[in-house]
Amino acid sequence: MNAGTKFAIGAVLIVGSVGYLMASGVKETGQYFLTPTELTQRIAVDPSFYNVGMKVGARVVPGTVSKDVATQTLRFQVTDGSARYPVVFHGLPPDTFNDSVEVVVEGRLQQDGVIYATNVLAKCGSRYEAVPKA
Amino acid sequence: MTVLGSVALWVAFLVGVWGALAGIVGGLKDRPDLQRSAQHAVYAMCVALIVAVVSLEVALFRHDFNVEYVAAYTSRNLPIFYTWSALYAGQKGSLLFWATVLSLFGSLALLLTPRHHRVFLPYVAGVVALVASFFVSVMLFGQANPFQRLPYTPVDGNGLNPQLQNPGMVFHPPMLYLGYISITIPFAFAMAALLSKKLDADWLVAIRKWTLLSWLFLSIGICLGMWWAYVELGWGGYWAWDPVENASLLPWLTMTAFLHSVMIQEKRGMLKKWNLALIIGSWLLSIFGTFITRSGVISSVHSFTQSNVGYFFLAFLIVAGTTSFAVYATRLPLLEADARLESMVSREASFLFNNLLLIGIAFSVLWGTLFPILSELFQGTKVTVGPPFFNQVNIPLGLALLALTGIGPLIAWRRSSLPNLRRQFAVPATAGVFTLLVLLVAGMRDFYVLMAIGLGGFVTATVVQEFARGARARHRQYGEAYAVALGRLLARNRRRYGGYIVHTGIVILFVAFSGMAFKTETEATLRPGESVSLTSPYGDTYRFTHLGISQYDALNRQVTAATVEVARNGKNIGILTTEKRQHVDGLGRPTFQPSTEVGIMSTLRLDVYTVLAGVVNGTEQAVFRFTLNPLVWWVWYGGMVVALGGLIVMWPGGGAPAVKRTQAGYAVRLVAEQ
Repeated sequence: MNAGTKFAIGAVLIVGSVGYLMASGVKETGQYFLTPTELTQRIAVDPSFYNVGMKVGARVVPGTVSKDVATQTLRFQVTDGSARYPVVFHGLPPDTFNDSVEVVVEGRLQQDGVIYATNVLAKCGSRYEAVPKA
Repeated sequence: MTVLGSVALWVAFLVGVWGALAGIVGGLKDRPDLQRSAQHAVYAMCVALIVAVVSLEVALFRHDFNVEYVAAYTSRNLPIFYTWSALYAGQKGSLLFWATVLSLFGSLALLLTPRHHRVFLPYVAGVVALVASFFVSVMLFGQANPFQRLPYTPVDGNGLNPQLQNPGMVFHPPMLYLGYISITIPFAFAMAALLSKKLDADWLVAIRKWTLLSWLFLSIGICLGMWWAYVELGWGGYWAWDPVENASLLPWLTMTAFLHSVMIQEKRGMLKKWNLALIIGSWLLSIFGTFITRSGVISSVHSFTQSNVGYFFLAFLIVAGTTSFAVYATRLPLLEADARLESMVSREASFLFNNLLLIGIAFSVLWGTLFPILSELFQGTKVTVGPPFFNQVNIPLGLALLALTGIGPLIAWRRSSLPNLRRQFAVPATAGVFTLLVLLVAGMRDFYVLMAIGLGGFVTATVVQEFARGARARHRQYGEAYAVALGRLLARNRRRYGGYIVHTGIVILFVAFSGMAFKTETEATLRPGESVSLTSPYGDTYRFTHLGISQYDALNRQVTAATVEVARNGKNIGILTTEKRQHVDGLGRPTFQPSTEVGIMSTLRLDVYTVLAGVVNGTEQAVFRFTLNPLVWWVWYGGMVVALGGLIVMWPGGGAPAVKRTQAGYAVRLVAEQ
C-alpha cells in the first residue's frame, strides 16, 4: 500500500469522525426553536411534545412580569401576537430583561400549559447596538 | 465637518472604483501607466478615508448631536476615553473604520513589498481598491452614511451602551477588525498570483507574512473578546459559542491551517491548490462574519438591529466567492504539485492531518452556527444547537489536534526511520504518560481532562526537547554558554522556535479550558451579615459574607454596590465589590438597561467570581451568584504566550533568507545528532 492510499484512509477516518460527531451532536443536543403559535400547533398534533426541551422565541407581554427576588422566581407571559404562554423561571434574569423585550425561553412545556424555563435570554431593544465584532 | 466627511467618502468611492479598474485591467493588459495610477488610487483612497475619520471624530468630540451617529452613540457625560471609540461602536462608523484600515493596510502593502514582487502590485492595488470601495459604497448607498444629519438637534445623545464602556471593549473590536481586515491583503496577493499566473514559490513569502499578521491580530482580538465577555457580561464564562464568536473563530482556524500547510509548499512544493483555497476561504469567512453580524439572520448578543446592509454583504459574498473561485479554477493546471507524499510517517502527513482536523473543526462550527437556518430551509422547523453541540464535537477534535501539535515537530520531513522515531518520542511520550499517572493518582477521573492535561504534558516535553537539543547543538558547535545558545537559537530560527512558543501557549489554553469542567457556583439571597459557603474543586471551602449595600452617583451612572467578604477555609482572603449600574443621561433620566459589574478575585488556581443580581425592594437584602472558576487566569496567560510566539515568528529581518536559514539549521541539526 503506498503512502497516498494510507493517507486517504486516514483522511476518510477523520472526515468520517467529524461527520459522526456532528450528526450525533445535532441529534443529542439539537433543540426546536418555535414561536408560541408553532408550539400550539405542534402540541395539538403531537401530545408527546410536552416535556421536551425546546426554545421559544417570543415577546414578553407587558405587565405580566412578577419577580420574587427572595426566592429568585420570575413569572411572565410570552406571546407572538396570537398564542400566549405563561413562563416560570428560577434563577437570575439577564440585565436586559424587562417587560417589553423579545426573549428566547429555553425550557419544557408541561401538561399544565406552563413553560418551565431553564434559561431566559433577552434580546436587546432598538437602542441597544452592540459593538460589531466583524 | 459632515460636508467634508461626505465629500471625502465620495472621493474615496470614485477613486476606489478607478483604482480597481486600472489595477486589474492595467495588470492584464500590461499597461504601466494604469498600474501606477492604480497604486496612486489606493494612496488617495487612504488619505480621503482618513479625512472622513477625522471629520467624524471631530463631530463626536464637539458633541454635534445634529449628526445622527453622534447622537446615537455618545452623550455629553460620556467619558472622553470612550468617546473616540464611538467611531466603531455603531454600524455606520464601523464600516468607515473597516474601509479606512483596509486602505491603510493596502497602502502599506504597496509600499513595503520588495522590488522582486512588483509584478503583483497592480493586482493587489486593484483588489484592495475594489474591496474598500465596496465598504464605502455600503455607506453611500445602503443608508449607512455616518455623516447623515437629523432634521432637529437633540439636547443630548443616547450615550454609549454601558456594556461597551469597558477598557476591554476599547481594544477588542479594533483588534478583531485589524485581523479581519488584514486578511484582505493575503487574499489580494493570492488573486494577484492567480491573475498574473506567477505561481512560483515567491508569492508565498509575501502572503505568509501578511497572513501571520492577521492571524496575530485575530488571536489577540479573540482573547480580548473572551476577557471582555468574562468581566463584563457576568454569566461566568468567556466563550459561549455565540454566532459572532464563532464567526471570528472560523477564519482563525483556516489561517492556522494555512500557516502549517504553507510549510509543506515551501519545502516540498506540494499543496499549492489547497493553500490558495485556504486563503480565499479565510477571506470569504471574514466577509461572512461581517455579514452575520450585520444582517441579523442569526440571533446573537452582538447582532445589530436588522438592516438592509446585510443584503449588501450577502450579495458581495456571493459575487466575490464566485469570481475568486472562478479565477482559481482557470488557474488549476498551473498549480500541480512538484512532489508526492512519500510516507505516512512524515512531517507532511502530520501537517495534512492537522489541516484536515482544523478544517473539520471550522466546518462543524460553521454548520452549528448556520444550523437554525439550514434546518428551517430543509426541514421546515427551526432547530438550534448550542454550546453542548459545539463542545461535544470540538473537544475530541481539539484533543486530536493537540496530539498532532506534539507529534508533528517530532517527525522528519519526507519519511522517518524507526530508530529516529524512538529517539524523538522517548522523552515526550514518557512525560505525557507520567503526567497522566500523576493525575490519576491525584484522583482525576474526567476522561477529557485527563487527555487534555496528559497530551499537554507530552506537547510541552516536545517543545522543551526541541529547545534543549538546539541549545546543546549550539553549545557543542560554537562553545556558547547554554543561556546564550538558547537565546541565539530563538533569534536565528524565529519561525521554528517562535512556533514552538505558540504551541506552548496553546497547551496552556487547553489546560485552562479543561479547568472550566470543574466550575462550581451557588446563588444566594443574603441579608447583611449573612453568609453562604461553596466548596472549590480543590476541596477548599469558600465562605461569602454579605457586608452591606452602598448607593452613590458617578459621572454618568447611579451605582448600587454590594460588598462581600471572602474567606477560604476560615481565613479571610479579601473583599469583593460587585455593582448594579443604572446609566443616566445629562438630565439624570435613566438610559439603557441596568448593567452588572462583576467582582473578580483572580489567583493562579481559580477565580472567585461574584455577581450582584439584585437588591430586594430597596432593603439591604441582596441576591448574589458566586462562582469558582478554576484556571481562568491561565486563559489570559496562554493567550499572551500565543501572541508572544506569533510576534517572534513575524519579527522583521526574516523573510526569504530566513527560510533558507531554517533549512540550513535543520540540516546542521541532523548532522549534529547523527
